[in-house]
Amino acid sequence: MTSAGEAAELTRRPFTGRRLRFGDVSLQAVAGAAAAVATVLVGLIAWKVTAGAWPAIRRYGISFVWTNSWNPLPGHELYGAASFLFGTAVTSLGALLLAAPLAIGIAIYLTEIAPRLLRGPVTALVETLAAVPSVVIGLWGILVLGPVLRSDIEPSLHRALGFVPLFGPPSTTGSSIFTAIVVLTMMILPIVSSITRELFLGVPQDQKEGALALGSTHWEMVRGVMFPYARGGIAAALILGLGRALGEAIAVTQVIGGIAGGTGIHWNLFATSDTLASKIASSYQGATTNLQLASLVYLGLILLVFSLLINFFAQRIVRRGARRQGVGANRGALG
Amino acid sequence: MSAHGITRADLQAVNLPRRRLVNRLMQALATLAAAIAVAALVLIVWSVAKRGASALNLDLLTRDPAPFSFTPVKQGLENAFVGSLVLVGLATAMALPVGLLVAVYLTEYARPAIRSSVSLVLDVLNGVPAIVIGIFVYGLLVLGHGQSGWAGAFALACLMLPLVTRSTMEVLVLVPSSLREASLGLGIPRWRTTLSIVLPQTIGGVVTGTVLAVARIAGETAPLLFTSSIVGSQTSWSPTHALQSVPVAIFELSEQADPGSHARAWAAAFVLLLFILFTSLAGRWVATRNRRRLSTSR
Repeated sequence: MTSAGEAAELTRRPFTGRRLRFGDVSLQAVAGAAAAVATVLVGLIAWKVTAGAWPAIRRYGISFVWTNSWNPLPGHELYGAASFLFGTAVTSLGALLLAAPLAIGIAIYLTEIAPRLLRGPVTALVETLAAVPSVVIGLWGILVLGPVLRSDIEPSLHRALGFVPLFGPPSTTGSSIFTAIVVLTMMILPIVSSITRELFLGVPQDQKEGALALGSTHWEMVRGVMFPYARGGIAAALILGLGRALGEAIAVTQVIGGIAGGTGIHWNLFATSDTLASKIASSYQGATTNLQLASLVYLGLILLVFSLLINFFAQRIVRRGARRQGVGANRGALG
Repeated sequence: MSAHGITRADLQAVNLPRRRLVNRLMQALATLAAAIAVAALVLIVWSVAKRGASALNLDLLTRDPAPFSFTPVKQGLENAFVGSLVLVGLATAMALPVGLLVAVYLTEYARPAIRSSVSLVLDVLNGVPAIVIGIFVYGLLVLGHGQSGWAGAFALACLMLPLVTRSTMEVLVLVPSSLREASLGLGIPRWRTTLSIVLPQTIGGVVTGTVLAVARIAGETAPLLFTSSIVGSQTSWSPTHALQSVPVAIFELSEQADPGSHARAWAAAFVLLLFILFTSLAGRWVATRNRRRLSTSR
């Protein structure tokens, strides 16, 4: 990026003293306007979502965030985000917990263990997982994965570990927080593993060889050289994965079951719940009052704030790491 | 795990068999992790193919959904396939020119500080959840006007813009500066150099980037729920009304309890998955070839 940028810098200079050409001025203006539009778009999103949520913000203020209620009964209307925040936190942190070791393992396999012939194909296969649309993963989750989890995996986990509140009585339908965690894990795995793989590829060869020459085993080299080198980047990759998991609406809506009355705040992974995104997605046809609609948009606003913060910080870490290590252009949240 | 890399204890540890065992174990675990990821993909593709292929027939593409009846009737999802075609086509027509121009501005004109902050904004835009884009377009275009194909296409274009911009920037950067300098040296104005010397070099990369972005948005459901989902069952090509789309149709069919709906959902998912896997693999393959060619010619 720098070489072309510097070239552009150099080639621009000779023209500055000359008369301005119409073509130059207009192309620069049109292209600049397009860039301005793209930049303004993010601000417009923030403004429109805030405006849509305004009636709920004025009514409930910040207490919306910790109010545990979603009651649309006329006369008893009370809306709050607590249940959905809890559901979002449990599902996305759960998915992160499962995806982190898997993704790091995949990256180690692809850079250190796999035979040269397999590296390309396996990398492509793992990244193809990211191309599968969320609605297809959700369809598979509810019709194939859910029943398997319900009839086989959840009962045995409950029998073996039932004394831990996390592993309560199995779900009756196959829709559960647990199913959502598994589905989300599959969706964030390719993102985290492909960024981690690129970081590992950037570890200087001489440092790796030095560790091996000192007599460390392959694993000790990975632990002692590659992990410290890529630590910040892996953290950023995990944060980006978290951002993706937080915002996933469709697949989660299909497999998490939703809250019918009651509360979504409980520690049983095998019961149903709802996340911010899934609540919005599942209510798309059903907002009956303006206040309810504004409250749904308020959920979206919370989601937007989280994802903006997460992406901003993750990108900054990735960029800093990339500059330090000379790793190729950052991959961002390329989904 | 030590925070400072290899400690002296690690290397002095004489327990070599144990260290070798740990090494083996970790290698096995890493291999297992890769196997799990590949297995997950194979499992999904196989499930969809098995169930989808058996439910797939020409009716799916040539007939509209029928209203509920107790006797089985021939029906399909023509409205969804046509709607997806229109929505994705319009979204591409909106996002591609803007994305190209943004990329040209950022690589050819912008000062480094502006370049890095605008591309940070684009990455942030890329990270905005699709469902929030849906709410945004709902507030911007749908409220007061009703759902329409235009609104749906605009929502998809918002998702597509950062993807197209980034892939175009990646190839623009690979165009050798000597080419720009040669053209400018011949006295060709800067704007003509950009449009007729630099941009044509990137056509391959732009096309593959666009194909990959199309593959990505063709499967998006969330932005369409609030913008183009409340539809009848007639096929329509007009974006002035809400259009059905394949992902939204799969989403709605999967929420129903009847096995016939599930069969059609699987069939539609099969077609969608085939399209997406084919386009994204082909795009990826051409992209790596292009990049290799461009960077060796430098």
